[in-house]
Amino acid sequence: MNAIAGIETPRSPVSTRVLQVTQLRVELRDQVDVLSGVSFSLDAGEIVGLVGESGSGKTTLATALLAHARRDARIVSGRVEVAGQALLELQGEALRQARGSLIGYVAQDPATALNPALRIGGLLRETLAVHQVRLNRAAQQQRIVETLRDVGLPDDPEFLRRFPHQLSGGQQQRVMLALAFVLRPRLIVLDEPTTALDVTTQAHILATLRRLCKSLGVAAVYVSHDLAVIKDLVDRVMVMYAGRLVEIASREALFSRPAHPYTRGLLAAIPDVAQRRDLLPIPGHAPAPGQRPGGCAFAPRCSRRRAECSAAEPTLRELRAQQQVACVEPYVQGVQLTPQVPLLAIDDVAPRPALLEINGLNLAYDRQVLFDVSLRLLPGECLALVGESGSGKTSLARAVAGLGENAEGELLYAGQPLKLAARQRAAGLRHQIQYIFQNPYRALNPRQSVYQTLSAPLQHFFGIKGAPARERVEAVLKRVSLPASVADLYPHSLSGGERQRVAIARALICEPKLLICDEITSALDVSVQASILALLRQLQAQGLTLLFVTHDLGVVRAIADRVLVLKLGRVVEQGRVDEVLDRPQAAYTQTLLENSPTLA
Amino acid sequence: MTDVSSARWQRWLAEPQTRKGALITLLLVALALFGPWLAPHAPTDMLGQVYGAPSAAAPLGYDFLGHDVLSRLLSGGLSVLWMSVAAAAIALLVGSALGLLAGFSRRRLDQLITWLADVSLAFPDLILVLLIVSMLGRAPWLIVLTVAIAFTPGVIRLARGSAVAVAGQEFVEAAQMMGYSRRRILLREILPNILTPLLVHFGNMLTWGVGMLSGLSFLGYGVAPPTADWGLMINENQAGLLVQPWAVLAPAVLIGVFAYGTNILAEGIGRSSSRIGDKQP
Repeated sequence: MNAIAGIETPRSPVSTRVLQVTQLRVELRDQVDVLSGVSFSLDAGEIVGLVGESGSGKTTLATALLAHARRDARIVSGRVEVAGQALLELQGEALRQARGSLIGYVAQDPATALNPALRIGGLLRETLAVHQVRLNRAAQQQRIVETLRDVGLPDDPEFLRRFPHQLSGGQQQRVMLALAFVLRPRLIVLDEPTTALDVTTQAHILATLRRLCKSLGVAAVYVSHDLAVIKDLVDRVMVMYAGRLVEIASREALFSRPAHPYTRGLLAAIPDVAQRRDLLPIPGHAPAPGQRPGGCAFAPRCSRRRAECSAAEPTLRELRAQQQVACVEPYVQGVQLTPQVPLLAIDDVAPRPALLEINGLNLAYDRQVLFDVSLRLLPGECLALVGESGSGKTSLARAVAGLGENAEGELLYAGQPLKLAARQRAAGLRHQIQYIFQNPYRALNPRQSVYQTLSAPLQHFFGIKGAPARERVEAVLKRVSLPASVADLYPHSLSGGERQRVAIARALICEPKLLICDEITSALDVSVQASILALLRQLQAQGLTLLFVTHDLGVVRAIADRVLVLKLGRVVEQGRVDEVLDRPQAAYTQTLLENSPTLA
Repeated sequence: MTDVSSARWQRWLAEPQTRKGALITLLLVALALFGPWLAPHAPTDMLGQVYGAPSAAAPLGYDFLGHDVLSRLLSGGLSVLWMSVAAAAIALLVGSALGLLAGFSRRRLDQLITWLADVSLAFPDLILVLLIVSMLGRAPWLIVLTVAIAFTPGVIRLARGSAVAVAGQEFVEAAQMMGYSRRRILLREILPNILTPLLVHFGNMLTWGVGMLSGLSFLGYGVAPPTADWGLMINENQAGLLVQPWAVLAPAVLIGVFAYGTNILAEGIGRSSSRIGDKQP
């Protein structure tokens, strides 16, 4: 991503203010605020990153910049001025005109944001026609062609006739960019536009975005949950916590001298592809709207908490030039990276029998997704399966778990042949291989309490029920750092991280030897991810073998001992993590590494 | 399950429409159940003039044979109610079992069950019921069975559709991977998650059932005279509609009110479930 850092703001003698937000406040019913006291400004061509975890109010702020609040929320006070126009005072037709011509919006998922019934050309022409009636037909066509070139899409008539579903995810997101830029807005708001994309595509989109903003002088607010992603894109960063801006700083200041304890916590929780270091989770969890403690909302989770923290809510104040922070005792020194942790000792010199061996695995649905994949998994190690979407990494993991239909090939578990369908495996073997799913919201039955979910396998595999089952359930909950009282709760009252811990507990209670983790942290916030990864390392230290599927090379660096890189169903490279990530041999691995966001 | 099901009750009853519907339904059920004891006369006693006008002795007058309309009204609810409840319950049980199986197996069994359901859906309900009843006779259990047969394909479609959505979720895959039996997966993992739409549908079937049974009686294919039955009463007394309207209006109004009650009850349950969301985010 170093390529985009090279695009710099053209030095203009007079900076022009494009966005001015003053004391913005958004409330839910019963005057519960989701956003309060938000003030900041943006100049033309400036890109600001808005960073926070889920529930922090960052999306609420992003949509409030368009004078929009979601159904149960209301913008109650404050001012939003875009290019001198007070947006919150506009209504109806005037507001609609302002939204399109002054502000562009790019949503998270282009697949659902683009009308599937309209062709690309139609989408662009419609957008122009609604907002800029003055353009004649030739000028309209000219503008469309220019914009498509700007965002790096083909501009031939053949492309304009395509439907959104005929484009790749990256192309769809470029179309979204084109739709936002075609009206030549002064400000563009982007809500996690690259979350659904592969790293290579993400890097290209980010580079395009920075180039466009700088060359056209468009200001941008880029919402993200990941500081690493925005590092090379933005000029400034705003960190949001519990509906408040807690730190605003230039990129240099924020990444070298983060002042707010929460900012530091976020940075310490992000796995970095460049070097292996301890990931430090932030203890506790963020308060829900309406349950905010008095004073500083972060105080209960803060290691520098003092008595006055809970007395009054700190407001943003200037710490030094280019850096504002809302904290009574901000950090002033530069950040020190936590020392490296040694790898778990794996001597690959002495040949050991593999726990799992795959020989020549092929898998085809309507097309072939795995081609002759072979791998060896040693007992006690963590092997990462890495690849972009469509690489077949999840299919491979599911085949090992016995969920892959149509798989062909040889599986050996502890030297013995293993059936490809879970149903045909002996119960004594089945409990030894456990699978944890990507989405913790769908992995637990909403109609069963945690106790029911956890005790069912106990009875199924070991015939344990009653009081001994209760004891085991409480013990396994303790092992995944959940209180025993969680047993009587239903999934809907648990957070995403807690649900994922329950899912891990369900696997652990089966006394597995091999744990297959399918992108299990990708739906979680970075601080929660850090705690789940710490838990997995702990389990590995207790003797578990892990097969960890991920698209995130930073996570690979943080947790894995060995890595296997998949591309379009074939293994392109494998080896020890430090060797592969520091000295990648395959061109594909090199591209992945170059495009992976890093804090270094 | 106690926790979830009591929470479910509370959520349903929080919806004013549900409370209203439940109240109306309960009142009508009580009327049908206890009516026979409250009736001043036996429903088959001929006491007054044919189509005699309402009087102090007979507040709703007399019908085409001189029966007391009030007594027949109080005695005539039970048959239509138990028959519609029985028909809806049979359809619910059979339909959800077949629908669950189809939705989870997703193969040849699914195709077969779906095909059967689609074919029988092609026949209009009432025509189907009339056809069977006119061929096989009009014993109450036979009528219940035919109405249930007419209702079952709808339940199958609903149960299958909901089961397919749930069966694709990871917690069902987790259960398959553990090697749980198919029975256990169907009953413990999937069924509880599709119960709400099925119960709403059950309420709707009650409504349709009352209408269909009354219609059958009206057409002369339902309960045999001289049994007191709301549908039959409308049929019997239509000739005297202008002379003694109460003999037709009173049972018609009660059928309408019961249908209204079960309908808004079902709608209320459906509404509270869709708003608060039985589904996961």
